[in-house]
Amino acid sequence: MTQEKTPLITDEMRAHVGKESEPYTLEVDKTSIRMFARAVGHTDPIFYDEAAAKAAGYRSLVAPPGYLGTPIFNPNAAARRGRDIGPQPSRPLNRILNGGTEIEYFDDICAGDVLTATSHVASYEEREGSIGQMLITTTKTVYRNQDGKVVAIMTGTGIRY
Amino acid sequence: MAAKWNEITEGMAIPELKKNCSTQQLVLWAAGSGDFYQIHYDKDFAKGTGLSDIIVHGALKHAFLGQLLHDWLGGNGKIKRFGCSYRGMDFPNQDITCKGIVTRKYEENGQKLVDLEIWTENPEGKKTTPGSATVIINS
Repeated sequence: MTQEKTPLITDEMRAHVGKESEPYTLEVDKTSIRMFARAVGHTDPIFYDEAAAKAAGYRSLVAPPGYLGTPIFNPNAAARRGRDIGPQPSRPLNRILNGGTEIEYFDDICAGDVLTATSHVASYEEREGSIGQMLITTTKTVYRNQDGKVVAIMTGTGIRY
Repeated sequence: MAAKWNEITEGMAIPELKKNCSTQQLVLWAAGSGDFYQIHYDKDFAKGTGLSDIIVHGALKHAFLGQLLHDWLGGNGKIKRFGCSYRGMDFPNQDITCKGIVTRKYEENGQKLVDLEIWTENPEGKKTTPGSATVIINS
């Protein structure tokens, strides 16, 4: 006898697709750029030495590829800020894997920039994989700088199972 | 050694970037990226979720591919877009080799553009993080 699996995606989730989150602020500063660059293992001085970054034509230290600022930490915030993955699926899924990341850049991001991001769920998808029933959530986050210019769009894929 | 427009050909491989993460590097990354999920530094926690060991953050491999492109450009261009899928897990103290191949060279809206297939490979030669990128070449 085969048992029909309950779909993970609910009507409430479907209604959530495309809804923009509240904007949140991310700071790009010299210390966090150096920390990120060091964690990756970058050796280019434009990520560490402001004079080198300026000599290469940048305003200040350059945000390394993948670094889109640090969200401002608020100990009183109830939930994790950032990407809003929407309402809970039909049954709780406690395990999370990162499925993929894509970033498109439209301008430089440098130390001193203050980014404002809004994100939305672009799609939910259900798939059966080696780890069982999986819920794949694709989110899009748009980052604007202090001048209101869109500097980057990140597409993230999250896998819950 | 910067990438030069007239030296780029479709099908050419760009210089490899070899990585091998210590657990210390994963902790550095947790702090640098703000991703404190315990499967990346707490072995007991990782095993409790069914993993065999702690695993390298997907976003760190994405950033490695960013470095691969950045180092190849060598200041003579910028990354326009780069992305990857996390298909296979990588573990600390194992080689992660970042590679790229030029798939298309073209001009569009006055920009010199190059598309690449990029990926990371584990010690068995399996592509654990396949992706693609577009870069702008200055000259």
